[in-house]
Amino acid sequence: MDSVFAAIVQAPEDPILGVTVAYNKDQSPVKLNLGVGAYRTEEGKPLVLNVVRKAEQLLVNDQSRVKEYLPILGLAEFNKLSAKLILGDDSPAIQENRVATAQCLSGTGSLRVGAEFLAKHYHERTIYIPQPSWGNHLKVFTMAGLSVKTYGYYDPTTLGLNFQGLLEDLGAAPAGAVVLLHACAHNPTGVDPTVEQWEQIRQLIRSKGLLPFFDSAYQGFASDGGECFIAQSYAKNMGLYGERVGALSIVCKAADVAGRVESQLKLVIRPMYSNPPIHGASIASTILKNSDMYNEWKIELKAMADRIISMRKQLFDALTAKGTPGDWSHIVKQIGMFTFTGLNSDQVAFMTKEYHIYMTSDGRISMAGLSSSTVPHLADAIHAAVTRAS
Amino acid sequence: MASSVLSLASAPPSASLSSHEIEKGKLNLGNSSFCFKKEKTNPFMKTKSVGRISMAVASNLSRFEAITMAPPDPILGVSEAFKADNHELKLNLGVGAYRTEELQPYVLDVVKKADKLLLEKGENREYLPIEGLAAFNKVTAELLFGADNPVIKQQRVLENFGYYLVATVQGLSGTGSLRLAAALMERYFPGAKVLISSPTWGNHKNIFNDARVPWSEYRYYDPKTVGLDFEGMIADIKAAPEGSFILLHGCAHNPTGIDPTPEQWETIADVIQEKNHIPFFDIAYQGFASGSLDADASSVRMFVARGMEVIAAQSYSKNLGLYAERIGAINVVCSSSDAAARVKSQLKRIARPMYSNPPVHGARIVASIVGDATLFKEWNAEMEMMAGRIMNVRQKLFDSLSSKDKSGKDWSFVLKQIGMFSFTGLNKAQCDNMTNKWHVYMTKDGRISLAGLSLAKCEYLADAIFDSYHNVS
Repeated sequence: MDSVFAAIVQAPEDPILGVTVAYNKDQSPVKLNLGVGAYRTEEGKPLVLNVVRKAEQLLVNDQSRVKEYLPILGLAEFNKLSAKLILGDDSPAIQENRVATAQCLSGTGSLRVGAEFLAKHYHERTIYIPQPSWGNHLKVFTMAGLSVKTYGYYDPTTLGLNFQGLLEDLGAAPAGAVVLLHACAHNPTGVDPTVEQWEQIRQLIRSKGLLPFFDSAYQGFASDGGECFIAQSYAKNMGLYGERVGALSIVCKAADVAGRVESQLKLVIRPMYSNPPIHGASIASTILKNSDMYNEWKIELKAMADRIISMRKQLFDALTAKGTPGDWSHIVKQIGMFTFTGLNSDQVAFMTKEYHIYMTSDGRISMAGLSSSTVPHLADAIHAAVTRAS
Repeated sequence: MASSVLSLASAPPSASLSSHEIEKGKLNLGNSSFCFKKEKTNPFMKTKSVGRISMAVASNLSRFEAITMAPPDPILGVSEAFKADNHELKLNLGVGAYRTEELQPYVLDVVKKADKLLLEKGENREYLPIEGLAAFNKVTAELLFGADNPVIKQQRVLENFGYYLVATVQGLSGTGSLRLAAALMERYFPGAKVLISSPTWGNHKNIFNDARVPWSEYRYYDPKTVGLDFEGMIADIKAAPEGSFILLHGCAHNPTGIDPTPEQWETIADVIQEKNHIPFFDIAYQGFASGSLDADASSVRMFVARGMEVIAAQSYSKNLGLYAERIGAINVVCSSSDAAARVKSQLKRIARPMYSNPPVHGARIVASIVGDATLFKEWNAEMEMMAGRIMNVRQKLFDSLSSKDKSGKDWSFVLKQIGMFSFTGLNKAQCDNMTNKWHVYMTKDGRISLAGLSLAKCEYLADAIFDSYHNVS
């Protein structure tokens, strides 16, 4: 009997998560996973923050805790604390009740709910995303019903920001169009605008009435009185990847608008998954509201960031010492978990095949997946890829 | 102010509504009712007019000024109203969340154990694969279909070679799992519609509307008998275009509590097979209907045993009390391992742009309980206790109603109905009376959640129902 599902074709593996699938299949003892942006310790292990374990112990010990459905918009305390974290304690938008916040499933979920809301309620259904951007952005916005255009961002000749292109493309966007901005640590390039450039971007966006949608947020924008969407994730900064903790905040011009926006967000969420998961948000909330734990968190976060910066330096030094052709200073200039190496897909394929280095084909590597002991192997691989006869 | 009048005049009523509601011509406009007539016939005008407004008005106005206040969720909104009520005799029979005899939320002992175990284990928090926790997916399919099921048995052999017959993907409880299936239907069965029971859980329509899957209803509830309109159900399923999806509640129908008998299930399966329909089960109450996890899955298992391809959405919100952890699964039983692999790949493709991968905590709790013989046994016992409490409450309520009501009205449906809910047969005015006069909170369709009733309150509820039924029309 032929299956009812005969017409369904095999979907390709997700390009980013598929890297881990391929890595897992590899038996080589020197294999290195530089694919997905998940932090690893110097020993190459995933890390659960001490402060997260502490928070969980508190939660388990609390006999009064129940597992009742959260409200559709999530844990109220978490939402308030999240909004404060991203907008600042003294944010006028918060004080004036102009922020509608919904706990969502990490960054992806926040982006999707925000996009669905825009597709339903906003007159401009085009969103501009930087070229390049996180691979999943295109799918998230398209599935939500928005049409996606790109604006210039990365300059492959300088391995830096194409600022002129960015200004031109956003300048040409129709008034009111939505613009996706990576607040800091651009994924995949690690190339961020400077403070002065951010200010220029902000002025351009406000003068054209464009609607900024931040994948994480930049302080300047949120306090200039204008409206914006912010998708927050606690996957990386609290190491809560699998718990799916995040929030969507919509900063509105007026409190009554924020109230109505909130009510409409519920209608997007209810038919998608009814209400969000409690565990991760409770952990985040516990940490954010306790000043000792909050400080502990900041220290552990800094340690993770410092280790990544150290990996950058070590890789740069290794390539310099080997005399690998090319300017590798972008490795130390770029910011965040990722480095856009500038390697092309052929070189990447070579590195995977010959050196068992797993990374996305756009040349992005996750610095968080490196350690002092594995940097030499990566440097060898890059050197070989760049110097081999093509 | 001129600017606010402008924005009201162009408020797009359709902006906040599902396409189905627009079709039916029902518009809930909140503050902007006076613009209804002008814009009613041409939804697309509103889009343009909002655009004109955004350009015409200076930066002072929010670009979301025209958004109307959405109505509260009919089910979840009941709890909110209950909370706001200060009356000492108030009773919340709204949402289907289990309560103890003391009317307190209940975290199962076995879940508390699992939570402690997980904390001790100290496992990492890495992203799950898009399809969820493998250990969870394995146990959830076996729990639903039964370890002895030929499909599961066959699958165990195939697994050695990396194949499977059931495409199982961890989903965000029942809602999320239904939504994944709905998105699959929309993409790969264009034009096919889903038939849902009349009535059904309120959120089913929202899910299919947002997923853009057309739906229609099959007769189910017979208000005359307060029972199943079986002939109507069969006729409507037969009349549906070949290859339709038929949404079935595996057990403990929500909101009516009325389940087909085993013989009726066989007939339903016959008709579905005849018409090449696809059975789509929503199983949110496995264990809660009879107290037995196996017995409650018998309807689904019978379909699968016939060799039919079946879609089944599961939820652990009620039976493991994991409401807020959002743990469930979508299972697609396919006739070949090739089809199962393709279906799974497409379900992943739908999940990735929705939330990337599902939350780990609830999945680990379920996997540790179902995967451990001792904990699983303990769970079975707690499940029996919870279902048993509901059966006791049904009995007490029936006894109270029967002793009060000498009119000859047959209240036996309270005993015959199954699971958390009872469809009282009360109409909206009578339900309003229940709330306004008696402070009994329930959904307007006449559904009460017995899980929220204690033996101590049965007398009071019986008074309220008796009064509403006989004195209000």
